[in-house]
Amino acid sequence: MTGLLEVDNLSKRFGGFVALEGISLSVRRGERVGLIGPNGSGKSTLVNCICGTLQNETGSVHFDGHTLNGASAHQRTRRGLARTFQLPRPFASLCLADNMRIPLLYSVATRERHSAGDIEDRCLDLLRQVGLDDKARRLPRELTQVEMRKLELARAMASEPKLLIADESMAGLTHSEIEDILTLLNRLNEQGVTIILIEHIMRAVMSFSQRLVVLVSGRKIADGEPETVVRDPEVERAYLGQ
Amino acid sequence: MIFSFDLLINAIVSGILIGAFYAAVTAGVSLSFGILDIVNIGHPAFVILGSYIAYIVNTTFGFDPIVTSIVVTPAFYLLGTIIYQIYYVSFEKRGQESLRGLAFFFGLLFITEVSLVLYFGVDYRYVQAPYIGPTWHVGSLDIPLRVLVPSVVSLLLIAALQLVLTRSFVGRAIMAVAQDQLALKLLAVDPIRIKRMAFGISIATASLAGAFLIIIQPVEPSVGREYIGRVFAICVLGGMGSVPGTLIAALLVGIVESLTSTFYGPSWAPAVSFGFLLLTLAVRPAGLLGR
Amino acid sequence: MRSDLFLLVCLAVGGVVFAAAMTLGNDYYFFAGYVVLQYVVLSTAWNVLGGYCGYVNFGSAAFFAVGAYATVAIHRFHPMPIPFLVAIAGIASGVVGLGMGYLTLRLRGAFFAIATLALAVVLETLTVNWDYVGGSRGAYIVRPEAIAPFGSYIRYLFLIMLLIAIGAITIARLIERSRLGLGFATIRDDELAAEASGVPTLRLKLIATTISGALMGMAGAPFPYYIGFLQPSSVFGLDYAINSIAMPLIGGTTSWVGPLLGAVLLGSLQQIATVTISSAVNLLIVGFLLVGFVIVAPNGIIGLIHKYVQHRPDILIGRRRIAADAPGPTP
Repeated sequence: MTGLLEVDNLSKRFGGFVALEGISLSVRRGERVGLIGPNGSGKSTLVNCICGTLQNETGSVHFDGHTLNGASAHQRTRRGLARTFQLPRPFASLCLADNMRIPLLYSVATRERHSAGDIEDRCLDLLRQVGLDDKARRLPRELTQVEMRKLELARAMASEPKLLIADESMAGLTHSEIEDILTLLNRLNEQGVTIILIEHIMRAVMSFSQRLVVLVSGRKIADGEPETVVRDPEVERAYLGQ
Repeated sequence: MIFSFDLLINAIVSGILIGAFYAAVTAGVSLSFGILDIVNIGHPAFVILGSYIAYIVNTTFGFDPIVTSIVVTPAFYLLGTIIYQIYYVSFEKRGQESLRGLAFFFGLLFITEVSLVLYFGVDYRYVQAPYIGPTWHVGSLDIPLRVLVPSVVSLLLIAALQLVLTRSFVGRAIMAVAQDQLALKLLAVDPIRIKRMAFGISIATASLAGAFLIIIQPVEPSVGREYIGRVFAICVLGGMGSVPGTLIAALLVGIVESLTSTFYGPSWAPAVSFGFLLLTLAVRPAGLLGR
Repeated sequence: MRSDLFLLVCLAVGGVVFAAAMTLGNDYYFFAGYVVLQYVVLSTAWNVLGGYCGYVNFGSAAFFAVGAYATVAIHRFHPMPIPFLVAIAGIASGVVGLGMGYLTLRLRGAFFAIATLALAVVLETLTVNWDYVGGSRGAYIVRPEAIAPFGSYIRYLFLIMLLIAIGAITIARLIERSRLGLGFATIRDDELAAEASGVPTLRLKLIATTISGALMGMAGAPFPYYIGFLQPSSVFGLDYAINSIAMPLIGGTTSWVGPLLGAVLLGSLQQIATVTISSAVNLLIVGFLLVGFVIVAPNGIIGLIHKYVQHRPDILIGRRRIAADAPGPTP
């Protein structure tokens, strides 16, 4: 029985700089995985390689029984692999509802048929889930920082993913705002979405993750029970210990 | 056989000479596009403006075009800083540089060209100088001085630019502005001021390049457009903003163009450099964007 | 409004325009109107790629020229009715557009714009060296004096250009309101985010370059009949390059209304000005207008109207899409 996502011996370099080296990672269906590591450890590069924004040189990525090597980013999204960006990247000239409409039209509609009214309802429903339904006709630039993050999450949810990779969705947010986002992610997980959470805020990662993966300088140095991993001396030295 | 060998050598030498001149025309674009990320497609129009100023002064007072162009560089520098200021306030600050910034420079190119047409007409203009006319003969090699002199001064210009960029504080700040604006701010250097200076220098080089151009060939207002693709091809080929890279790429384009012109006819030469550009852009996009 | 209804309205407006021109009876109005309509097509076509997708094409003249020279080449081979020529020219320049799309597929922003400029010069060089269509000397196309039932031939050409313009506007509006148009907007806003949302950005860009190129070529197809003597310089000149960019940007790029408005205003202005002042002054004015507008009114006339009429923007430009008054900085 293989997992939903299987990353095998993946490497990526930029010129002479080795960003990722021999990363292997397996994520089970329905799991909540936390991915941590210091700045520049390769977390975002790994996300970019998994999601097809960057192409890895060696190694392979399998998702839901398909090999993803060479597949473009939009094909991966259509297969059910969604992500958020570290800095929210909304479609600036489209209203919030249309921001939702894009993944529905270009990703979900390629798998199943929907009527126009259906899609309209889905857009509003998604915005309601993140508490933005009253701003459906507004433009993204009218949103606050936390609303922007929620929009980013909602857009990723709109593609109805099997796996959602949330890349630092909580940076710069207040305590209660972090709780909001965590509640949202937990609810998604209960609905059966597998989630990889990339985060610096340890409290959030620890309370959310069932399993913790640690990257340091492009290598995976730990993978296991969160409580065990954070006590791992190597992790403490490289990441937590000062 | 010997005849075509002579032809080949001559073509290569004149390609090298023209290439050095291309480097001077491209230097400004390497600064603005390569380092500052400002897509000044209007740069060739400023080069033509330089040509016409050299022409006016030359025909009225009989001054040497190159000397004239050096004297007017401060005016060009000033023009550059003004243009950058407008560009910064209207586009860079608002984050609209891509579409509207491009249209802005296209508009400037256009206004300059049409103004020159209105004032001088579409006749070819040329300058007088002692080195225009004579040709050195070295064996079977013909080296017209009207090409040699601008080439040599071009190389001096390139060398001076490289020195400024690598040795002076302002030069290093210019190189830094592309990499890390925050670090500059921490040094209490205003990145906008540095960019303004860099753009000023970029336009100032157009004055000299303009004088070189009108020495090498007669000039009419639309000649500038032929140079747009050429300079951007060289800039991209040369690795975006590297002065030595620009020189090498310019020599390469000069030689290939000269060979084409010699063996296939001059009417095909423009397509060569533009084809070069299309090919570079199409074949090496990752390298280009992976800055 | 539904698209078929919109087309009917357009045809009705077109009918009125044509009838009005017929009652004026002076062929001058047809000559002038033809040029304005030609700009309506070019500016609408430019906007499909430039306004909707955010990709600046400096090579409009090249696509226009492909259309015009397709006509010359076919005419030399075997004369054909103009509607056929328009169709063939559309296919030819659509293929060139597709080719350009493939060649520049992975280029963003400035690189793409420069590549289109290069394409124009390459095509001009090819044309100058292609003797079959006259090379640098140019080619004569004899325009028939009259054609039934329109009377003079220019009226026939005018009608054809009118229909092409209506077609172009309908297509542009259709794109705007479709899934395709939304996809185009995501390319303009953020290509990475678009891909991450499942938008096949590369394929959409190819569609945009093809449609835009084909429409420009169709605008060029009747041109040899209009001008009578076609030289490379008459199509690769500055007029088309500057106008097809200036008109949409001055009108406003977010909807089909902008390019139409820009083309009609600027085109008419130039037609009037050509009579009184030289064509160079004319182009100078366009240049200054372009620079002035991009600095002062980044969203063109439509943007200005929105500012002063305090209405929801969606009233003017369609139900769903809201024009960005000033797109924020792209990350």
